[in-house]
Order: sequence, then C-alpha cells, then structure tokens
Amino acid sequence: MSDYLISEKSLGASVGEVAPQSVEFESLPLDSGQTLAPVTIAYETYGSLNEDRSNAVLICHALSGDAHAAGYHAGDDRPGWWETMIGPRKGFDTERFFVICSNVIGGCKGSTGPISINPATGREYGLDFPVVTVGDMVRAQKLLVEHLGISRLLSVSGGSMGGMQALQWAVSYPEAVASCIPIAATQKHSPMQIAFNEVGRLAIMSDPNWNNGDYYRGDPPDGGLAVARMIGHITYLSDESMHEKFGRRLRDKSSLGYDFTMDFEVESYLRHQGEVFTRRFDANTYLYVTKALDYFDLSAGHGVLEEVFRDLPQDMRFLVIAFSSDWLYPPYQSKELVRALKGNGIDCSYLEMSSSFGHDAFLLENSDLTRMVWHFLEATAHRIGLRFD
Amino acid sequence: MPESEEIEDRRRRDYDFIVETVARGARVLDLGCGAGALLKMLVDRREVRGTGIEIVEDRVYAAVEKELTVHHGDFYEGLGYYPDQSFDYVILSQTLQQAHDTVAVLTEALRVGQFVVASFPNFAHWKPRLHLLFYGRAPVTRTLPYQWYDTPNVHSLSIRDFRIFAREQGIRIVRHFYLNKRGRVRFWPNLRAGYGVFVLERAPAADV
Repeated sequence: MSDYLISEKSLGASVGEVAPQSVEFESLPLDSGQTLAPVTIAYETYGSLNEDRSNAVLICHALSGDAHAAGYHAGDDRPGWWETMIGPRKGFDTERFFVICSNVIGGCKGSTGPISINPATGREYGLDFPVVTVGDMVRAQKLLVEHLGISRLLSVSGGSMGGMQALQWAVSYPEAVASCIPIAATQKHSPMQIAFNEVGRLAIMSDPNWNNGDYYRGDPPDGGLAVARMIGHITYLSDESMHEKFGRRLRDKSSLGYDFTMDFEVESYLRHQGEVFTRRFDANTYLYVTKALDYFDLSAGHGVLEEVFRDLPQDMRFLVIAFSSDWLYPPYQSKELVRALKGNGIDCSYLEMSSSFGHDAFLLENSDLTRMVWHFLEATAHRIGLRFD
Repeated sequence: MPESEEIEDRRRRDYDFIVETVARGARVLDLGCGAGALLKMLVDRREVRGTGIEIVEDRVYAAVEKELTVHHGDFYEGLGYYPDQSFDYVILSQTLQQAHDTVAVLTEALRVGQFVVASFPNFAHWKPRLHLLFYGRAPVTRTLPYQWYDTPNVHSLSIRDFRIFAREQGIRIVRHFYLNKRGRVRFWPNLRAGYGVFVLERAPAADV
C-alpha cells in the first residue's frame, strides 16, 4: 500500500491523540513447526469496549502498514494509515465500536520480527527469524484479542494482506468472528502476485549491504529496498491513475535530457516513494512479509475453496469488496471467494466499486466505502443483538 | 437511483402479490433487486432469508444501506454461484423482459430455486395496443414507460406469450395473478392486465 498525504479537511473527525501499546506472550507456535519465544505484539485501540465486550472490531494491516491505523501520535502531524475509515462516525465508527489494530509478527513496527533481538544470540534475528505465514500472524492476533478479554469479534477487516488475515481469521477461529470484511484481497496469491514479490525480494537480496540479512550494525540495503518499493508501488496504481497523475510530464526540465538522469515526473515520484520508504521500513521485514503473502493459500490441503468454508457458522456474515481498476488483486479473485461462500450458504454481499485508483483505492477517501462498511457493521450489530443509544 | 424512481419502485403493485405468495421464513433470491425495495418488504413482513443480485452500483449501495445482502454483478453469472435448490423462491420482478437469454435465465433460476416468481409488463394490454394502432408508434405507457431507443426491455411479451412459452419449456405455472391499476384482473387478462405475475416450478417429467 502507498503513502498518501491526505488533507486534514477531507478526514473529518479523528480519534485524536493515540498511544502505541504492546504486550508480550511466552511463545507462539508457527506453521513451519518452529516456535517463536517470546513474542511481543504492538497494538493500538480506538473507541471503548462495551460491558459485555461484544463491540470489538479488529483491523488488519497490509504489507507496509503497522498498528498505527488511526489518530495521531504525540507530536506527529501524520495520521494513521486508515484515518479515512476509522474514527467517530466513519466506516469503522469509534463512537460505537472498539477498534483494534496490531503490527503483524515479522513486522518492524514493534511486534517481534527480524529486527528484534534473538534471545538465543543477543543480536538481531536477521535471517534467523523463522519464516512466518498469514496463519501465524492471525494466531498472534488471537493471543492479543484474548488478552484484551474479547471472546468474539464483531468484525475483522482489512485491505490487501489485511483482507487475507481477515479471511484467515474466519477460517481459523470461526466461533470468534461474527463478520468479515475482506477488501481488495484474495484467497490465495496468484503466480503474478508471487512474481512481483520475488522481484522485490531479489532487489533487496542483490544489494551488497544486505549481507544475508545481517546488516543491523552497518549500512542497511536501502537501494534494494527502495527498488522493491518502487516495483510494489507501480502495482498499487493503475494505468489510468498514472496517466492522470503524471502523464508524460517532465521533471524539472523543459526537454528530454538525452542522458540517464531523471526525465519524467513518474520516475521522480517513484524514486521519492522508494527513498521515503527506506526511512520507515526494514528490508528483512519486506522479505518475510512478502513470503508470508506468497505462501497464503486458504484452500491448501483442502483441494477446493468450498471445502474450506464448509464448517463456518451459518450466521457468519461477509462483505467482500473489490475495486474495478485493481489489477494486482483483480475482482475475479474476490468473486471466487464469493462463489465459495455462497456455495456453502454463507450470507455474503459483494461490491465491485468503480475506481480508477487501482489496488490503492482502499486507502483513499471513499464515501461509498465508508457508507457500505458503516451499514454492514450496523446490520451485523443488529443481528447479534447489539443496540446503540 | 433517484428518489422519485425509488418511490415508484416501492409502489409497484406486483410487490404486494409477491409478498403474499412467499412463505414466511423462506430463502429468497431476488434477481435484479434494484435498491432492494421488494427484498426489504419480504425481510420485514415475511422474515425471509433474502439475497439480491443487482448490476447497477448505486442501487447495490442503496440495498446494502437497507441492511440487505446483495451481490453486485450480472445476474446470470451470479446465479451460477449457487448450488441446486439453494432457495425456496427466485424472484424475477420486472426482470424477465430485460434478460437477453430468457431460456437460460429461467432454467438457471429453476435449478437454483424450487419456485420462480416472475412478473413482467403485458405488451398486449389494451393501452399499448391502442398506442400502436392509433399513433403507429412503439408504445410508451405507464407499465411500459420507455422510449424504444432508451429501454432496458429487450423482449416484448404478452401474458399469452408467456403461457405458451412456459408450456413449451416444460415449466408448470403454479399460481398466477393478473394486475391492472385497480387490482386483480380475472377476465380477459391478456387485454385488460398491465402486468402478469407467475409462480413457476419445473414440471415433473411425466407432465412434459
């Protein structure tokens, strides 16, 4: 997902100042058979938990996101990554719901990841960090949710990798999820998605500074990470949005340079995005999280996706959302999901929103998305007997 | 959907008959559900477990705002998502005449649902007949409110056409209602009724 500078005005009310929190657990068993011990989960919460703890909504972040989904950290003028959707009277309405967001394990924003200290060596894990999966990320979130005293989430949602985690939640812990809103997601990574990730990883691993992941005491592989980010960023946009945003406009020159300095606006934009990203993200985390994405396949070991949803409770509800111009996670992937859900008689709404913004559409101000999520959560609350004054 | 259209939607007279037909607590699929006016009536009054399919984005949003379950897309494709006999009723309210491949849609609808409820404007109603006879122009009436160049209707059919079609297709008509603006029409429906509403099921093999 991209970094967007959003004007204050368009954001409406905010949850205001928020503080990052964290909790440590003894250990976490992983899909690989290894165990991560101890494990820290960084998280934030917005709104308040009601008395019977039935109004909790878990938000899951995408590849480059973190636990800071809404509001502002003290002294920071940049809001959380889903400020457009989380807040008072927004899609995830913090006047009604207790919203939780945590950094995934393998991440670099407070949860245990390759940048954390390995208790066995006293040094950063680097590549000694075990490969984690979306299933592992969700298992860690379950520990957090239980720690907060919540036995059933009113909803779990997210875009892109966040949507995959939401789906994983529904399948792994069906009794703990009343509804699920996967946005711009898929039930398994396609060869094209794996291919883009592999190019990104190779860009990082080809950077001499990468040093087999052991770079925390020296210069990090910023060049490789920036290229990985640039490739990723292209896949989050669309042909149309790039035409609109950049056209063939030149950057700081009136004619072509006939050299290999930057000519076009789009080149400058991508380099800037790559460079900014290196200041806030860890290259090893990029490797681990993209690997988790590529391993994601809900139907693995089941044959067909229908089988996966066979045991979902009949009162679980889904709102599946795709964007028309998203070529990275195209609508057909969401429709496959919808078909499998309907095949099992699961209550599932599907929306294909017209947008020219490509995969990134879920991060942008979108009143339709806000409205649809708000109403879907309202309906879900009604079904479980939750009323608001 | 503009508000006026929405109000018109809510008033559509065939709705009351459809609501009366559908059993309490039934599983219902509404093909071309629009902004969900009928489905909402069915949920509120008959406590059905309802789902709609609608292709127009703004109407899908309006239906979700009514707390309905809706699939945004082509209804023929959407029907294909369901296993056999997933519903008690599949509703084609004013949708049949807008489906390109009528046979395929009805076949799919009867695969997915036990009963199909289909309603459509009667092209042989006396008003369109007179319109054609006196003005010599494609009829524009209350039940057929569109100009020939701007109509969602791809088929012009009469009540009689449909009865013949059903027989040929091995579809059994379980119930029927013929309606005009005063209510039910019992005599000369093909001339006097603006709408036909049919409850259909797949005829047992012996009847075909």
